Amino acid sequence: MSGIALSAVAKSHGATPVLRGISLDIRDGEFLTLVGPSGCGKSTLLRIIAGLDAQDSGAVVIGGRVVDGLRPKDRDVAMVFQAYALYPHMSVFDNMALPLRMRRLSGAQRLPLVGALSPGRRPIEEGIRHEVEETAALLDIGHLLSRKPGQLSGGQRQRVALGRAMVRHPAVFLMDEPLSNLDAKLRVQMRAEITALHRRLGSTFVFVTHDQAEAMTMSDRVAVMMAGELIQVGAPDELYADPRDMRVAEFIGSPKINVVPAAALDQGTRAAMAAVPGASALAFRPEAADICAPAAGVLAGSITGVENLGADIFLHVAARPAHSQGALPLIVRVAPSGRRFAVGDVVGVNPDPARVLQFDAGGRRLKARERVAA
Amino acid sequence: MRDLVRNIRVLRWRVLARHGALALTTLFALIPFVWMLSLSVKPPEEIFQPEFHLWPQKFNGLENYSVALTAAPMHLFLINGLFVCATIFLLQLLVCVPCAYALAKLRFRGRDTLFAAVLVGLLVPPQALAIPHFVLLHVFGLLDTYAALILPWIISTFGIFLMRQFFRAVPDELIDAARLDGLGEFEIIWRVMIPVAVPAIAAFGIFSVVAHWNDLFWPLIAIRSEELSTPALGILLFRDDEAGQFLGPLMAGATIIVAPLVVAFLFAQQRFIDGISFTART
Repeated sequence: MSGIALSAVAKSHGATPVLRGISLDIRDGEFLTLVGPSGCGKSTLLRIIAGLDAQDSGAVVIGGRVVDGLRPKDRDVAMVFQAYALYPHMSVFDNMALPLRMRRLSGAQRLPLVGALSPGRRPIEEGIRHEVEETAALLDIGHLLSRKPGQLSGGQRQRVALGRAMVRHPAVFLMDEPLSNLDAKLRVQMRAEITALHRRLGSTFVFVTHDQAEAMTMSDRVAVMMAGELIQVGAPDELYADPRDMRVAEFIGSPKINVVPAAALDQGTRAAMAAVPGASALAFRPEAADICAPAAGVLAGSITGVENLGADIFLHVAARPAHSQGALPLIVRVAPSGRRFAVGDVVGVNPDPARVLQFDAGGRRLKARERVAA
Repeated sequence: MRDLVRNIRVLRWRVLARHGALALTTLFALIPFVWMLSLSVKPPEEIFQPEFHLWPQKFNGLENYSVALTAAPMHLFLINGLFVCATIFLLQLLVCVPCAYALAKLRFRGRDTLFAAVLVGLLVPPQALAIPHFVLLHVFGLLDTYAALILPWIISTFGIFLMRQFFRAVPDELIDAARLDGLGEFEIIWRVMIPVAVPAIAAFGIFSVVAHWNDLFWPLIAIRSEELSTPALGILLFRDDEAGQFLGPLMAGATIIVAPLVVAFLFAQQRFIDGISFTART
């Protein structure tokens, strides 16, 4: 019972709106990622859930309990920060023990010197020691407990920060770009470890990132935010295959989706790409098109780059549609087993009309249903 | 190659010139101290002799220093100085640290105005407040007590400013993490900010102790009783006697009260420089 329900949460800094009425239901035990470009309000939303910032309007419910006005420590949430935020003057053990000490020891028992003498403290400290060691063993940092954060590597600090969050078994974990300070290799490894941790703990995870690859690989569901608005919430493959907004289509997926303005195409090409009336942009993923002879292609152009990743090869093609002023850059995936291509080759590009996504002038998706109706 | 040699030569001249200028100013700063040390070991008749000797012909150090230590209760002055300086510093911290934390890390209406007030406070010379303080202490009947020496100084705008600058450099995430871990604001100050700010506290401690150890102006106004005198005030007792007669012991006394500071400074030199560079940096 620790889902999160946000209803019409809004916040502005002075006259600039940061969040424009966000409503979102996060299920109990779900791994939900808030993703979007920097400045879209995702971190602010996370801080509002944590209770570090207050919303101007709207309500936050955690585990069926309205938490507006509750302090962070009373919300049963833990947070992992981008720069880890470990206390530099405390050992790893003390860093991890602090949240437990704050909850289990009375004010008098926490006093320096005097506290150590107070009756009843010893067994509580024993319990805390036991739990910290257990958590540390789980994260493979048991041998680091006596070190100071300054003596640890980035990956180790990250684990300590996770450990400090885990040790008190919160209902909800909030993570604010926790992987962005790690090097690329470690980041990929920590992604896997955090998802494994999520499966083992079964708690609700809310993960904030600007990296769509992190969002796609880790989450049960992804919430895409742009300019303070929630644009689409869905499972990663749903967002990839069925984006409801141009911005989602462009943000999700690497390499980026190919976008062809309808105005640049002549009548025949538009028909070949199954364009509907009202479509102002046609978009297709790199794998939704084939390379063919220049004359046979719906679009044609010369190759400007070949990106060989082993399992996939991405061809960068500068297409020249009929009504386009300059070259239109496209990226098309080809299988490594087929024909070899070189920079400068002139090729045709043939998008699969069934997989072309169409958007109106406002960037909204024109769905297949509407296509049939039209 | 020739250019290089010339460059090195120019560089060497520059270094020499710079060190020469620094040595000259250092000399000017040190001369009074050397003078003091020299006088403190001279017999009275040598002090006013027309010819000058840095080292006395007749070494009178033992006599001068024993007079300095016995004629006035010098140990009492030193203990008073220690007690007053330590109490002032502790009470200053009690006020400064929470104020600085609030000004650096809490968001509330009027914060910037309050900080501007702190900056204005920095500009007010302490002498300007001497008479209001004197009147206030008189009203409360506290003149000529330890309280009179201590109370006017416990709110240090300089301390608030220095600590606030340091606290601003502490990442907000650390405070957010502490709030999620269940710490209240005062516990954040006690368990997170103070341990992180030890260098700043040390720097402020040096400034504070030096200022109040050396202060003559305020004790002169606030204190009448000899047994409450601070070292700087105690030294004046020697002056009251026949002119010249006690100059040697006077200088010996001055040497004794300056010595603890010089020793402390030598130990904490690096901290002192750090402390000055904080305020310049942020």
